[in-house]
Amino acid sequence: MKRTFLGEFEEVVLLTVAILGEDAYAVTVTQELEQKTGRVVGFSSVHTTLQRLEEKHFLSSMMGGATAERGGRRKRFFAVTALGRKALMEVKQVREELWNALPPQTLQLMGL
Amino acid sequence: MIKNNPLPKPPWWATKLLHWWADPNTSEEVEGDLLEMYAYWLQTAGSQRARWRYAVSVFKLLRPFAKRKTSKDYTKTYLLSHAMIQNYLKIAFRNLLKNKGYSAINIGGLSVGMAVAMLIGLWMFDELSFDRSHKNHDRVAQVFQFVTFEVEKSIYDVMPIPLADVLRAKYPDFKSVALSKRQGQILAAGDKKFEKSGNSVEPAFLDMISVDMLAGNYSALDEANSILLSESLAKALFGNASPIDKLIKIDNKIDVKVTGVYLDFPANSTFKEVSFLTPWNLYLNNDPYAKGMATDWDSNNYQIYAQLKDGADFDKTSAKIKDIRVKMENPPGYKPEFFLHPMDKWHLYGEFKNGVNTGGLIQFVWLFGIIGAFVLFLACINFMNLSTARSEKRAKEVGIRKAIGSLRGQLISQFFSESLLVVFFAFMLSVFLAAAALPFFNEVSGKEMSILWANPYFWLSGIGFSLLTGIIAGSYPAIYLSSFQPLKVLKGTFSVGRFAAIPRKVLVVMQFTVSVTLIIGTIIIFRQIQFAKNRPVGYTKHGLIEIKMNTPELFRHYNALRSDLLNTGAVTEMSESSGAITTQDGGTTDVSWEGKRPDMQPLIMSNAVTHEYGKTVGWQLTQGRDFSKIFSTDSSAMILNESAVKLMNFKKPLDSFVTASGKPYKVIGVVKDMIKENPFAPVSPSFFIINYRNVGMINIRLAPDMSASEALAKVENVFEKFNPGSPFTYKFADEEYNKKFGNEERIGRLASFFAILAIFISCLGLFGLASFVAEQRTKEIGIRKVLGASVANLWGMLSKDFVLLVIIACLISVPISWHFMSEWLKKYQYHTAISWWIFAVTGMGALGITLLTVSFQAIKAALVDPVKSLRSE
Repeated sequence: MKRTFLGEFEEVVLLTVAILGEDAYAVTVTQELEQKTGRVVGFSSVHTTLQRLEEKHFLSSMMGGATAERGGRRKRFFAVTALGRKALMEVKQVREELWNALPPQTLQLMGL
Repeated sequence: MIKNNPLPKPPWWATKLLHWWADPNTSEEVEGDLLEMYAYWLQTAGSQRARWRYAVSVFKLLRPFAKRKTSKDYTKTYLLSHAMIQNYLKIAFRNLLKNKGYSAINIGGLSVGMAVAMLIGLWMFDELSFDRSHKNHDRVAQVFQFVTFEVEKSIYDVMPIPLADVLRAKYPDFKSVALSKRQGQILAAGDKKFEKSGNSVEPAFLDMISVDMLAGNYSALDEANSILLSESLAKALFGNASPIDKLIKIDNKIDVKVTGVYLDFPANSTFKEVSFLTPWNLYLNNDPYAKGMATDWDSNNYQIYAQLKDGADFDKTSAKIKDIRVKMENPPGYKPEFFLHPMDKWHLYGEFKNGVNTGGLIQFVWLFGIIGAFVLFLACINFMNLSTARSEKRAKEVGIRKAIGSLRGQLISQFFSESLLVVFFAFMLSVFLAAAALPFFNEVSGKEMSILWANPYFWLSGIGFSLLTGIIAGSYPAIYLSSFQPLKVLKGTFSVGRFAAIPRKVLVVMQFTVSVTLIIGTIIIFRQIQFAKNRPVGYTKHGLIEIKMNTPELFRHYNALRSDLLNTGAVTEMSESSGAITTQDGGTTDVSWEGKRPDMQPLIMSNAVTHEYGKTVGWQLTQGRDFSKIFSTDSSAMILNESAVKLMNFKKPLDSFVTASGKPYKVIGVVKDMIKENPFAPVSPSFFIINYRNVGMINIRLAPDMSASEALAKVENVFEKFNPGSPFTYKFADEEYNKKFGNEERIGRLASFFAILAIFISCLGLFGLASFVAEQRTKEIGIRKVLGASVANLWGMLSKDFVLLVIIACLISVPISWHFMSEWLKKYQYHTAISWWIFAVTGMGALGITLLTVSFQAIKAALVDPVKSLRSE
C-alpha cells in the first residue's frame, strides 16, 4: 500500500483547513492553530506548509475577491482535496489501529 | 477594532522588502495576510512584538530567486513560430506586389541611399587605411621642418644631408634613418625607354618601409650601381624574362644593374608613384651639386625618413631634435625647427598653419561621412513617411488581426518583417548599384577602389547596417500601427487626427533643407572655382608647352636647338628657364635693396631665364623693357613682378639696384604678377634674371596657325635629333594650370553628385506622398468638382501644402549654408562673394522641381471623372 507521508505539523494544518471549511486561508489557519493548540505558530511556517500541501495535491486553492482592509489584496482560500481527505483518513486509521493494538493493561497503567 | 482603526502600519521597509523579493506567485496574498496578522499581533502581543514578528515573518518569506510560474491554462503564443513567419513574409510580398508604385519608390530610394553610403564607406575605408600597408607604419616618420621667413612659420619636407648622420649618431631613439631623393628619370633597356619617378635611398629604407621583395633581398642596394624595379616596371622593360642582373641606362649616362624586384606599392600608399629605387650613393656619385652639399647645413633639398625604436615617442623625440640647427654655430636667419611627422598622419593630417597641424584630408573624410549619413537618412525618411502615410489604409487590417487574436508583438514583428524585406531587397540592389557606379566614382574621386566582395567585414557591416536601417525605418510604423485599438478601427470612427501628419511634414522639411543646402554649397564651390579660373594669370597659357631637360645632351645647344625649332615653322618662340611656368621652384632670402628695413627678411622667388623667356610665355610688361640681347649689360639686369615692387616699396623701380646672392642687379622692367603657384593665393614677390646655365625646362610657344598635333610632330623630330636618349615628353601649360584646381573640382563634382542624389531621393518621397494624398482625398476632389471647382483650383489645393513645406525648408537652409560656405571661402585668400541670387535661384529651382513632382499627381487626381470617384464603394 502506497503510504503518503504527512508530517505532524502538516497533519495539523491540513486538519485545521478542514475544520475552517470555506474560510480557510493562511491568517485564519494560523490564528485557529494558536487558539486550539495554545502554542505560538509562526505565520511563515503555516504559509510554507500550505504551499507544500498544495504542491502535494492535498489542498487546492483559489483566489478570493478583493478586500478593503487588506489594501485591495485578494486572499488565497484553501480547501482539502479528495487526496487530502484520504490522507487524513489514513493517518487517523493508523492511529486508531495503533490505539486498538494497545493491550488493556498498558492502558490502565497509563491511567487512561 | 480593525474596522474602526485605519490600516495598522507595519514597518515600511519590511513591506517594501517583501514587495520586491517575495515569491512573485504568492506575493499578493502574503502581503495581505501579513497585514492582517500584524493587526492580530498588535491586539494580542502589543506593538513592539507585532513589529518584530512582522519583520521576522517577512525575512522568512523572502524568496529572492523565485520565478513566476506560467499558467498552463492557455497555450503559449510563440512569436517566432515557423508558420507565422511564413505568413508574415507572404503578407509582406503581397503588400509589395499590390502597391507596386510605393514598393518601387521605397526600394529604389533606399537602395540609392545605401549605395551612396556604401561608396562613401569604401572611400573612407580607403582614406583611413592609407599607408597602413607598411608594416612599421606606426613607428616610421618623416623629418619635417618649420622655418620662419617673415612672421609665419612655413613647413618644408626637405632637409640638409648632414642632419641624417647627426640623427643616427647622437639620438638613440632612432632605430634607423634613411636619406631619400625623389626624381623623375629616364630608364632605358634595349630600345625601351620610360620616364618614371623613383627614389634614391639609403639601404635602411627598404626595411623601414617594409618593401615587399619578389626577387633579391634587402642588401640589394648596397652596391652603388644597382637598381630595384617595381614589378610593373620590370614587366614593362623586360617582359616576362627575368630582370635580375640585366643592365639599365639612367638618363642616358649611368649604367646600373638590376639587383631586385619589389611588389608595386599599393595605390593607397604615399610611395605609390615610386616605380624604382636606386642607392643613395649612386645619386651622390652622379650629382656633383649634391655631392658638394654633403656637409652643407643650409641646402635643404632631401627627404629624411626615420624609424623609432619600440617605446620611443614621436613628440618627445621631436622635442629633442627641434633645435639641432639653431644651437649650432652661425644659425641661419630662417630659424629651422625640425620635427617628426608620423607616417600614420602623412596622408590625412598633412596641413600645417604657422607651426600647428590643422588637419587636412581628414576633414573631407568627416565631411563626406556626414553627407553620406545624410543621404541615407533622407532615404530612411522616405521609407518612414510612406509607411505611416499608408497606415490608415492598413488600420482595418490591424483591427481584424487583433480581433482574431493577434498579439501586439506579432503585429510588430509583422511590420518589422515587411520593412526588413524591403531593406533586404534594397541592400541587394544597392550592392549592384554601387558596383556599377564604382568606376565612375573612382574617376571622380581619383581612386582605385573595388567592392570588397571577399571581405567578410564588408558583408557583415553591410548586413548589420541593413538590419539597423530596417529596424530604424520600420520602428515607427511597427509601433504606431500595432497600437491601434481594434474597436475604434473597425467601427470606422478611427481617424488619425490633424496632428498625425506633423512628424511627416517635419521630416519632409528636413529632407529639403539638406537637399537645398547641398545645392547651394555646390553652386558656391563652382562659383569659387570659376572665380579663380577667371583671375588673370599674367601670361598666355594657350599654346605653350614645356619640356624637361632630362639628359645632358639637351644642354649647351641652346642656339642650335632654338634655330632648328624656329625653322620648322611650328614654333614661334622658344626659351629656357629654371622651372616650369606653373610651379615656383625656389626662392632666396639673401636679397637686399635700397631702403630695406633691417628687420625684414622676406622670401623672394628667383627665376633664371633666357632672353626670349618673356616673349615665349607672353608676360605683360607694365614698366621698362624686356631682356634683350642688344644690351650686353643685361647679364646683370633684373625684372621684378608687381608684388616684388610693392614689397620693396619702390617709387620708381626702374634703374634701382637689387642685390641677390651678393650680386647687384639693375631693375630694367616690371611685369604683371604671373600666377605660378596657388591660384587662390596672392602671387609671391619674384624676380627674373638671365642665366643660361641654371636652367632645367624648355618653354616652347607653338605657332597659332598650325594644329597642335601637326606642330608637336615637327617639334618631336627636332628633339629626336638633339635628345635621342629620351622619349619625347611634354606638358601643356594650360593643362598643368588646370590641375591646380583638381582638389576643388573634385570636391565640386562630388558635392554636385550628392546634391543631385539628395534632391532625387527627396523628390521620390514627395512623389509618393503626393500620390497618397491625392488618393486619400479622392472623394473630396470628386465633390469639389461636382460643386464647380476647376482643375486649376484643385491643382492649387493639392500642391499648396507641399510648396509651403519646401519654402520653409529653403528659409531654414539659407542661413545654414551661408554660414558653412562663408567659413569654407575664408580658407581662400581670393574668393568669390556669396550673392543673394544664389539663394534665390536655388530656392526657385527647388520650388520648380517640387511643383513638377507634385503636379503630376495633383493634375492626375483633378482630371478624374467625379462620377467614378463618387460611385465607388
